[in-house]
Amino acid sequence: MKNVQKQKRANKSLPFFFRDEFKVSLVIILTSIALLITTFTFDIVPPILNRGIQPATFPKALLVLIIVMTLLIYYLATKNPWKVEKKLPRSFFLTLSSFVIFVVVSKTLDFFLAISALSIFVSYCWGEKRLFYLLLVGIIFPIIVFIFFETILGLRFPPGIITNIYYS
Amino acid sequence: MIEGILIGLTTALTFQNILMVMVGCFFGTIIGMLPGLGPMTAIALMIPITYGFDPATGLILMAGVYYGAVFGGSTSSILLNAPGVPGTVATSFDGYPMAQQGKAGKALAIAAWSSFAGGTLSAIYLLFMAPSLSKVSLSFRSPDYFALMILGLTAIAAFSSKGQFLKAMMMVVLGLMLASVGQDSLSDITRFTFNNMNLTDGISFVLVVMATFAMSEALTIILKRNDPTDAAKQVSLTELGSIRINKEERTKMYKTIPRSSVIGFLIGVLPGAGATIASFLAYGMERNVVSDEEKEKFGKGSVNGLSAPETANNAACSGSFVPMLTLGIPGSGTTAVMLGALLGFGVQPGPRLYMTNPEIFWSIIMSMYIGMVILLILNLPLIPYIARILAVPKNYLIPLILFFSVTGIYVMSFNNFDIYLMIGIAVVATFLRLYDFPMPPLILAFVLGGLMEENLRRSLLLSNGSWEFLWDRTLTACILATTILIVIWHIYKTFKKKN
Repeated sequence: MKNVQKQKRANKSLPFFFRDEFKVSLVIILTSIALLITTFTFDIVPPILNRGIQPATFPKALLVLIIVMTLLIYYLATKNPWKVEKKLPRSFFLTLSSFVIFVVVSKTLDFFLAISALSIFVSYCWGEKRLFYLLLVGIIFPIIVFIFFETILGLRFPPGIITNIYYS
Repeated sequence: MIEGILIGLTTALTFQNILMVMVGCFFGTIIGMLPGLGPMTAIALMIPITYGFDPATGLILMAGVYYGAVFGGSTSSILLNAPGVPGTVATSFDGYPMAQQGKAGKALAIAAWSSFAGGTLSAIYLLFMAPSLSKVSLSFRSPDYFALMILGLTAIAAFSSKGQFLKAMMMVVLGLMLASVGQDSLSDITRFTFNNMNLTDGISFVLVVMATFAMSEALTIILKRNDPTDAAKQVSLTELGSIRINKEERTKMYKTIPRSSVIGFLIGVLPGAGATIASFLAYGMERNVVSDEEKEKFGKGSVNGLSAPETANNAACSGSFVPMLTLGIPGSGTTAVMLGALLGFGVQPGPRLYMTNPEIFWSIIMSMYIGMVILLILNLPLIPYIARILAVPKNYLIPLILFFSVTGIYVMSFNNFDIYLMIGIAVVATFLRLYDFPMPPLILAFVLGGLMEENLRRSLLLSNGSWEFLWDRTLTACILATTILIVIWHIYKTFKKKN
């Protein structure tokens, strides 16, 4: 409890633009404004066919609502600051970066290779250093699943280095 | 009718058909547990096999797969917060917290009994009310659907903990926004697609669920790893296998099951609604009727909160058979696949089905009940073993969740773009969760959003742009009045509590 209060106090002492409430609200508002501008580029139903609202009206209303509510949330947060999360652990960012690896590998090499790389990398980041278990999670398990999906369910995976070998 | 029931029993209770129900339930449970492979895929995979049997046996097999898949979806919802089937998303709201408290076995048992009771009661409703309900379902118009979706959104109160109402509302609006991506159903105009063809059909519901629940859960677990309260959770993992439901919990279920089964069945009967909306509505309604003390437990492992959506989604499965069997109109995607299979057998569903092919009509109804019994017999003894999934070390469990999420989304659409989109949404959702933005309202709004906007605009179209449709029809006015009463009741209770 004392820690939370300390964290809250620490957060309050920061200039407003460094506070999480401000940063999160700013990102949401800027994204909403960008999307709101996009809604003005939507095609319009000709008046003769339009007896209700235009397709852009509903999203426009929602985006305005998001902006208003974000401002309200920010206003309330200035009075009662959000609990500041402790520093995010390294494994969190490593797991996030593993997604980037997955995207790159699946786009360039092979979908299944990418899944294996993702499983091994995440498992390693989580503290598993034993080779056998890394192989189990990263290679043997995906192979079993691949065979299950491919032979029993008849689902086909995208072409790539490994999958091409199997399909050929 | 008695004669029909006897015909149904005679057909359903043959050795071959019982075996088919068993195989269907088992296969369905396995498929349902895999994210992305819902009952629709499972049934579609079964179609070529069923053509080797007579129509009644084929349909009995498919019905078994259907129920099994819904139950399998509940298992992954409860244990991993990774709903395998859209209809079981609401199950995770209280099932997963319960599992985290070391009551995974109990949560699975409550889900199994609630599913069984929901399925049984709805089979009885189906038996007596199918023909008359099909007429009621056809009387529902766009304004009524719109009002029903608004009523569904009142469930948001269930997810807004103290001081978080605005954040929950914000997630509702965000969910509605996500639902508006893609081609507009009324005008074919594309919205927020940024000239990307992959977004033309909108964002898939399963994708959003996997991103906001399974994947962001995996990322959030990393943050909780060093949390001292997590250590306490690990200790209670020794009680994973307990499936005993105590008297107090049973009493709660006795009250929840009948009302949720009625809601689920009625929503299931409506074409286009289905098990997902039924489970959300039942969850929201349940929270509105329970005591204040129980209300506080919603979202934290409430027995009522788990039992209600589980009962409703199974009841809705049976309900969705009403328009299919009596009118030839599929009530959901899954029944649409089954309808296709029926037509493949040369059977034309419709008002004359139970006159021309009584053995099919009645054997499906009877096999539903038998399917429920078999599902319970098959799954209850397995619960302590299934619950052990939670005891798998996190350094294997997290990669497996990520693995199944990615594979599940791929096999659903065969499109890499969906995987990248899921990862993007998962990252944003994780950061939002860090700042206490609740995810269930987003899912609720995403489910209801598409139907809500479509029916609002269709209603405006039919009423020449006038908003009078809101009170023109008695049914619409009644549903909206109920919604207003619920909102007023919530506001009154909040003020009363503050004072």
